[in-house]
Amino acid sequence: MTDSTFRTEMIEAREAPDQSRGVIGWFRANLFNGPINSIISILVILLLARLVWPFLEWAVIDADWIGTTRDACTGEGACWVFISARFESIVYGFYPEAARWRVDIVFALLAILVAWLAIPKMPRKKWVALFTLIGFPIIAFVLLVGGMFGLQHVPTRAWGGLMLTLTIAVVGIVGSLPLGIILALGRRSKMPFVKGVCVIFIEFWRGVPLITVLFMASVMLPLFVPGNIDFDKLVRALIGIMFFWSAYMAEVIRSGLQAIGKGQNEAGQALGLSYWHRMGLIILPQALKLVIPGIVNTFIALFKDTSLVLIIGLFDLLAIIRAGLTDSNWLGFSTEGYVFAAAVYWVFCFSMSRYSQYIERRLNTGHKR
Amino acid sequence: MLRPSTTLPRRGRGPLWRNPAVRALIIQAVLFLVLAAFIGYLVHNTLLNLEARGIHTGFGFLDGRAGFSIPQTLIDYTSDSTYGRTFVIGLLNTLLVSALGIVAATIIGFLVGIARLSPNWLLARLATIYVEAFRNIPLLVQILFWYYAVLRALPSPRQSLSLFDAFFFNVRGMVMPDPQPLDGFSATPWALLVAIVAAIVFGLLAKRRQARTGQALPVYWIGAAIIIGLPLIVFLATGSPLEWALPEMAGFNFRGGINILPELLALWLALSIYTAAFIAEIVRSGILSVSHGQTEAARSLSLPEAITLRKIVIPQAMRVIVPQMTSQYLNLIKNSSLATAIGYPDLVAVFAGTTLNQTGQAIEIIAMTMAVYLVISLTVSFLMNLYNARTLLKER
Repeated sequence: MTDSTFRTEMIEAREAPDQSRGVIGWFRANLFNGPINSIISILVILLLARLVWPFLEWAVIDADWIGTTRDACTGEGACWVFISARFESIVYGFYPEAARWRVDIVFALLAILVAWLAIPKMPRKKWVALFTLIGFPIIAFVLLVGGMFGLQHVPTRAWGGLMLTLTIAVVGIVGSLPLGIILALGRRSKMPFVKGVCVIFIEFWRGVPLITVLFMASVMLPLFVPGNIDFDKLVRALIGIMFFWSAYMAEVIRSGLQAIGKGQNEAGQALGLSYWHRMGLIILPQALKLVIPGIVNTFIALFKDTSLVLIIGLFDLLAIIRAGLTDSNWLGFSTEGYVFAAAVYWVFCFSMSRYSQYIERRLNTGHKR
Repeated sequence: MLRPSTTLPRRGRGPLWRNPAVRALIIQAVLFLVLAAFIGYLVHNTLLNLEARGIHTGFGFLDGRAGFSIPQTLIDYTSDSTYGRTFVIGLLNTLLVSALGIVAATIIGFLVGIARLSPNWLLARLATIYVEAFRNIPLLVQILFWYYAVLRALPSPRQSLSLFDAFFFNVRGMVMPDPQPLDGFSATPWALLVAIVAAIVFGLLAKRRQARTGQALPVYWIGAAIIIGLPLIVFLATGSPLEWALPEMAGFNFRGGINILPELLALWLALSIYTAAFIAEIVRSGILSVSHGQTEAARSLSLPEAITLRKIVIPQAMRVIVPQMTSQYLNLIKNSSLATAIGYPDLVAVFAGTTLNQTGQAIEIIAMTMAVYLVISLTVSFLMNLYNARTLLKER
């Protein structure tokens, strides 16, 4: 009797209805879960069909990839021959062909160092960082400028393309980071004059556009040095860029310094450590680690803004491509040129921003309250 | 190796340099002397160089005749005007493109930022792609792209692309209808002003009423009705005294209508699209910064969804959004100086470009240009500090 009135074992869970499972279920849950969302989804799909597909058709499917002259362009889609024909000059600028191996070595060394510093598991980070900040710039300087150890001298006038962009970016980064640390410490100093100087310095550079700084570097700096000294144009721009970004860097680092509790400093004082020992061994290691994402974001901004040097007549990546557009053999390829430039900058900046997000997730423990 | 110092510095004991106060004084004095010597050296060099090049310093050059023309002038200007006038023209053009850019960037930024939080997967992804694409491409590349690859590639005026037969796009920019006020039009702007004041007064009264009786009036709807309705009634009552001068093809170009330079359009597009990507991120992080507990608490008080958003989420999100947003606005104003790359006549292009080249007064001109941006930045950060102090979380 009991058998017929109730069960003793559980019923197997029935499978969810077809409409809430698999692809269809996903579509229903994410795209068509209500009238408004359905309309939005359809509009977005239409938009993608109108914009993305024609772009892909232009950039990939109908594009011309092979060839060396303009005759290779059929005119239906993008003509990437424009880029490949002048690829060498886009990378090296006007750097003499015989000496380009030197640029390659610097590129390779830079790639190794950056990878070493970026991968968290690599050992001896401190020494590699020290080498990147001091040893690498010297090696790169000797190799790129030449004129010693039997290397042919290459004036900075001949530098250009991606190589110049990376040079400006690396010098800007390597120069502005230490300067920014000093400024940030100075701004938190208890000495009124030191603090005042740092505040004025930081607020001045942060208040003006980079273009005016570059203008200043190109027209005012020559007036500041004795008339007989020939002041290299690239060096002038680099000084301007370094000062400008050190102010932004200082503010990022200052935010990190503020996040470190007062107790850390006081504990250091109680141990009788000097100011520089307290800063170098206790405060800065914690503060800098905290603001790595902010520092990387400043690097990204710096990297993007290296393109501004074209306005004062340096031939960086963008300027080389732009100069190629005025070549009478290759008129009418501005879309290809600028899309390519955008893609190159995008790859660099996007990877940096991804890295900064990764670090942020890794550091997302500890100090956060 | 570091060794803890064994003797504590005390006043009157030990060598003088161990005394922190004395040491601070010495460090500052040395810094002061070094800086003073350095600046003195620079000034000395500069004066020598200026003398050698025969340049006279001073602002007298501002009264000289400019002798060049500027394609876009918001106030009267001819090539007979002074250099001082070119400064004003450039400044106004900078402010024009900045204002247009700020409005557009805010609208696009808010839409994209909210779209990133949308439950609609496609829309959220699209917004993410927008942000990641545009904020990782240098602004200068974007400006050059819009100018050279898009706007300069438009057809000649004869083959203009037209929109509703009122807006025309061609290689010389955009032509749009020009509003021509007739007699009696001046009453409408006054009506608008009165309506705005009335709406504010009404808002205050409604707030007081709510505080007293607990009953809320639909302030936003009534306010909007006043602001739109009153000027409209006045406008119609005075007999619609406004005419639109439609652009017409005459010869090789358009006659009538307002012609907007392609440089302005390119700069405006690039600035708004670029800055909007950053604003979208700020809006998103601002909304996410309001903890979910706030929304849940509002729900448990059975507040309607709209009220929760308007009175609970947005005011708290604004505390995060506004300071970052103003710094983006400042960036936009500073970035508008990239105008010089495509020849939009802004402050840097006109004054620090053409005027500098003609007069050679590098120091004065760069200083004036930088001062403009500095004044704008410092004023805004001052106002921002006031705002922050006002909206700071009041904690006990």
